[in-house]
Amino acid sequence: MSGSLGARIGQIIPTLLLVSVLVFGLQQLMPGDPALIMAGEERGDPQVLAQIRAELWLDRSLPEQYVHWMDGVLHGNLGYSWRIRQPVSQLIAQKLPVTLQLAVMAFAIAVLIGVPAGIVAAVYRNRFWDYLANAIGLAGLSTPTFWLGIMLILLVSVQLQWLPPSGYVPLFEDWRQSLATTIMPAFVLGNAIAAILMRHTRSAMLTALDQDYVRTARAKGLREWTVVLRHALRNALIPVVTLGALELGTLLSGAVLTEQVFSIPGFGKMIVDAVFNRDYPVVQGVVLVTAFLYVLLNLIADVLYVVINPRLRGA
Amino acid sequence: MTAATLPSTSTPGAPAASVAPRTRSPRQLAVRRFLGRPVAVAGLVVILAFIVIAVAAPLLAPYDPIATSWSAIRKAPSAAHWMGTDENGRDVLSRVIFGARASMLAGVVSVLIAAGIGVPAGLIAGFAGGWTDTILSRIVDAMLACPFLILAIALAAFLGPDLTNAMIAIGVSTAPRFMRVARAATLDAASNEYVEAARALGNPPWRVALRHVLPNIVPPVLVQGTLAIAAAIIAEASLSFLGLGQQPPAPSWGSMLNAAQRFLSQAPWLAIFPGLAIFLVVLSFNLVGDGLRDALDPRRR
Amino acid sequence: MSHVLQVAGLKKHFTVTKGFPKPVTTIVRAVDGVDFAVQPAEAFGLVGESGCGKSTVARAALRLIEPDAGSVRFGDTDVLAARGGALRRLRRRMQIVFQDPYSSLNPRRTIGRTLAEPLSVHGIARGRAAREQAGALLAEVGLPETALDRYPHEFSGGQRQRIGIARALALQPELIVADEPVSALDVSVQAQVLLLLRELQSRRGLAFVFVSHDLGVVRWFCARVAVMYLGRIVEQGPVAEVFARPRHPYTRMLRDASPIPDPSQRGVLPRVVGEIPSAAAPPPGCHFHPRCPRATDRCTQEYPAWTDPDGHGFACHHPEPAG
Repeated sequence: MSGSLGARIGQIIPTLLLVSVLVFGLQQLMPGDPALIMAGEERGDPQVLAQIRAELWLDRSLPEQYVHWMDGVLHGNLGYSWRIRQPVSQLIAQKLPVTLQLAVMAFAIAVLIGVPAGIVAAVYRNRFWDYLANAIGLAGLSTPTFWLGIMLILLVSVQLQWLPPSGYVPLFEDWRQSLATTIMPAFVLGNAIAAILMRHTRSAMLTALDQDYVRTARAKGLREWTVVLRHALRNALIPVVTLGALELGTLLSGAVLTEQVFSIPGFGKMIVDAVFNRDYPVVQGVVLVTAFLYVLLNLIADVLYVVINPRLRGA
Repeated sequence: MTAATLPSTSTPGAPAASVAPRTRSPRQLAVRRFLGRPVAVAGLVVILAFIVIAVAAPLLAPYDPIATSWSAIRKAPSAAHWMGTDENGRDVLSRVIFGARASMLAGVVSVLIAAGIGVPAGLIAGFAGGWTDTILSRIVDAMLACPFLILAIALAAFLGPDLTNAMIAIGVSTAPRFMRVARAATLDAASNEYVEAARALGNPPWRVALRHVLPNIVPPVLVQGTLAIAAAIIAEASLSFLGLGQQPPAPSWGSMLNAAQRFLSQAPWLAIFPGLAIFLVVLSFNLVGDGLRDALDPRRR
Repeated sequence: MSHVLQVAGLKKHFTVTKGFPKPVTTIVRAVDGVDFAVQPAEAFGLVGESGCGKSTVARAALRLIEPDAGSVRFGDTDVLAARGGALRRLRRRMQIVFQDPYSSLNPRRTIGRTLAEPLSVHGIARGRAAREQAGALLAEVGLPETALDRYPHEFSGGQRQRIGIARALALQPELIVADEPVSALDVSVQAQVLLLLRELQSRRGLAFVFVSHDLGVVRWFCARVAVMYLGRIVEQGPVAEVFARPRHPYTRMLRDASPIPDPSQRGVLPRVVGEIPSAAAPPPGCHFHPRCPRATDRCTQEYPAWTDPDGHGFACHHPEPAG
């Protein structure tokens, strides 16, 4: 997988360049004239339209537009929101911490559920606990995020009235309230990843438990759970860590729906609002930034993989 | 071994050892293995049931799914309305039945779009190698770097919200996965010596690709396709939930859940039944996908 | 002199890029200038340790991979220049038998379809006629005609190898390249398959390029042999001659390491020094010098020239004494 990290780093630049072309190209799919949308009520005035076109370089050729746009992107300028006339980068910077809090909590929940479940499933392979873990995992994978959220609100907020059904309080304002508003969405968001982590952990543990060094540990007379936790788990966690990092995309996709269900003003809600406001620069900015985050995290995962796995260090 | 150990008595036409009494093709064997899995078969039965429901919706639905009734607004499930009525007095059961059409259609069509783009691309990349492979793989990397649903939302947003565009958006966003699977399977199949043998026999490259490599990438693509339908149905429901898929008043499970959210405390049944329908269909496709994977690759654990 | 196959100056290099943090590109000289010729109806052996490039030579000679340099002539035809129809006609005349009987047959095709394919590709026979010919081929390799409707997974390794041989025979080639044809088989089955190959050779007048790491098998099956080390041929000549009186120290080491069935002929314990180095970084001078008991300073600097006094050639500065 990370046989050559150098080559991996080399791959990232063309990948990011292609992402930028893709994101830029999205604009071309759009029906209608962007200038008309931007002009709003002044759309009847040809002078205003011409001015907007000149400002946005819409009167230039596509390659010129791309280079202009890319030049901005490289200088941290993702364009301006058509709706609120604010820099897109500023909007993203405001919303990103909210989603990050949600994502980190979700990932922690997923690890806390998925990894132990995977260990238990592997140890009790083809017995009751394995089947149960697999059944719950499959159910988790088959439940739409937003429906799980709605059902939880129905149960926890409407019926039991334990937690608020929606809203968000920033972490540094009131951390108790913040946790109260985010624990449910984080659980919903972590659910799908927990199922995936469970499957990965199970199969990695099965492989590890089959190795000679584990047999040796058993033959030495160590207790079974010592063997499982000290010897097998350490090696099984290596692939789990990297595969977990790959689920960032799932996390961000899920965040869009979770934030919508729980009315959390994060990154995901921003893209949905932008879509309905036809605020295309924001949509483009969000796609670009998520792709960049994804690529970056994958690189970190690859480096981690080499760091954790001594066998690959010399490669 | 050495020359001296060769048994000089044995004849070149050594007897063919025992051969099984009845011959079964790999496909027949896979079908038998699949049928030996009750859970997977149950999933298949549920899928077939939902296909029947989608096709025969007008015959099965007790009411018109878009006919509003001011006398029956938000009525709880009863003998007249098994799943209750919604905020416009429409029968929820009828809407769930008709909603199967959008979901099943979106699942199948978007996966066909994805496979239609991804499989040829993967086959070409795996078979041609070199620059072709590098360029195609980089494009796939770039597309996979954008989270699936965010890419689909962006595509649906720029294309404009309706069911057709949602299917295109989901299909295009899923295509890179098919390309990866097809490429890996192609490389795997092409490394077999029988592919080399086919070339040595004088088959032109296109014939080797179509007759020897393509049939052997079908199993993994089939598994991927089944699991992708599950993902596509969730994606369509998600887009419809966000308002980017099927447009009201046409029924779709996702948009029904969107509306249901506003009446959660007054009419929880609105949220329960469409969600259950999605869950059941998606679970069934996942079960069939897992069953297919085990049946098609018996060496796997 | 009429050769069925003539290979000269054959080279095949692979580039590999890997490493972290700085990727390093290395050129692996898998085949680095190989010459040999095969006479009609002759069994020519190609031996060496794994990784020496012998399989690459076999595949390049059939043009299953494109060599980087050199020439391959089949009869009067330039194999490397042939295209389209000419290449197809060439393929009819030379066929290959693979090492792994499990991956060399398409698992989704019946044996009948696999054997009929070469006939239809070359327009020799179709339908019923192809089936009859396929049945005859099976009979020739010692399998019943009922095998036609069965799938590869229903056969043992030895039976599959017979089917692979039948496929190679379908086009009635003049030359068969056999790439380790018995290495994957049980010893008892090896003997049967070897006997079948020998019988086919004498009945059909087939020439063989027989690639193997097993000296015993080559000694038994082949008339002449070439010994390869790190992409080059180091010794070549009649089998009995080469193995009885090896001139290159490497050949001698290989021979001493392979078991001798007659205890009275056993000498001192076989001595094998070191392992084969990577073809990516072959030692300078004579590639063999780090493992060679006879090596001198000259061997570390200069690759020895080919000397061929009497049809038994070698590349060594300090050859073992003749006779």
